Amino acid sequence: MLLDLFLSFLQVGLFSVGGGYVAIPLIQQQVVALHGWIPMAIFNDLVTIAEMTPGPIGINAATFVGVRVAGLPGAIVASLGFILPSLLIVSLLGWLYYRYQKVQMMQSILGGLRPAVVALIASAALGIAMQAVFGSAKLLLSELDWLALVLMTAAFLALRLLKWNPILTMLLCGVAYLLLGIVIGL
Amino acid sequence: MVGRFTFRMKEDERLQPKHPVQSRGKVILTLFTSMLSISAFTFGGGFVIVSLMKKKFVGQLGWLDEGEMLDLTAIAQTAPGPIAVNAAVLVGWRMGGFLGMLAAVLGTILPPMAVLLALSACYERFAENRYVALMLKGMQAGVAAVILDVVWGLAGKVVGSRSALRIGLMVAAFVAAYFFKVNVILIILAAVLLSLVASLIQQRREKHAA
Repeated sequence: MLLDLFLSFLQVGLFSVGGGYVAIPLIQQQVVALHGWIPMAIFNDLVTIAEMTPGPIGINAATFVGVRVAGLPGAIVASLGFILPSLLIVSLLGWLYYRYQKVQMMQSILGGLRPAVVALIASAALGIAMQAVFGSAKLLLSELDWLALVLMTAAFLALRLLKWNPILTMLLCGVAYLLLGIVIGL
Repeated sequence: MVGRFTFRMKEDERLQPKHPVQSRGKVILTLFTSMLSISAFTFGGGFVIVSLMKKKFVGQLGWLDEGEMLDLTAIAQTAPGPIAVNAAVLVGWRMGGFLGMLAAVLGTILPPMAVLLALSACYERFAENRYVALMLKGMQAGVAAVILDVVWGLAGKVVGSRSALRIGLMVAAFVAAYFFKVNVILIILAAVLLSLVASLIQQRREKHAA
């Protein structure tokens, strides 16, 4: 059973290229369709929880499914299986990067790659900001969450101008929204 | 003290490591505690973690320069597996060798594992709790602010480079990713190809000029 868990999440780790939304169908195929470790309804709950808690969805799923199937050892084995391909492949890529970093050709490739990476982070940023303020990717004035917009702007200014610590800023936003939300009765 | 968060961060001290001479053990411990605190409070996907890592390792500790962090982000995104773990592997190896890599990865995966272990028993009550939902909604606004702040800094540098190629690439990649939902891997590959072609053209020009 532990070996099955390990091998299943090893496959998920190996084939989930490009982040969480690619991993979800792979995990579903392994744990719901192939092995029947959890039913589909609980898998949907798992996706919701994964969005509400920190960390990559693969780790969340491996822990959640692992502990249900085989207790704590199951959670550890499944998580290890999930990250093992990353450890090996990324270590190799990192080694290649530092070895050939100084080569002229590599320099010019990286020169063009960096603006693209900035753009990808910017795209993620806009997506998260829209989600926080409008609740979806649609720009609907009726859906505008004023409180979230005010907090986001205040936090941005605190980070940019006052150089506040990011983790404390995020926590403060959460507490402020909770308190103000109770006061105005959200 | 390395590894302790101060409330105000001095980003102007970038590129001048505050603690140039550090024992290996201390570096490894700092890797572990940094990733632990970043991972424990980070919601909303790999790019958020990478933004916080940039603030910590580039801005606060001065361990990496900005370009290197962007390169590592590209590698982390292109390789299989979660971006957060991949980025931890790269920074871990770079700063503390094999043990550093293990420390950074453990720091990254322990918080989500602990949270999910705790929640696996009572997840229904957690998911439907009104106060939890309010707190998370507020933290989402905070996460958005953090990542927007990082983007502001990074994009400003690209615009400041005054290179038409770089600015054009950035705008095109943004439009492709945000509006057309083009696969991230394809965008990275296209950027690599484009800059390769651009550098070959430039080399040829230089040859002709010489």
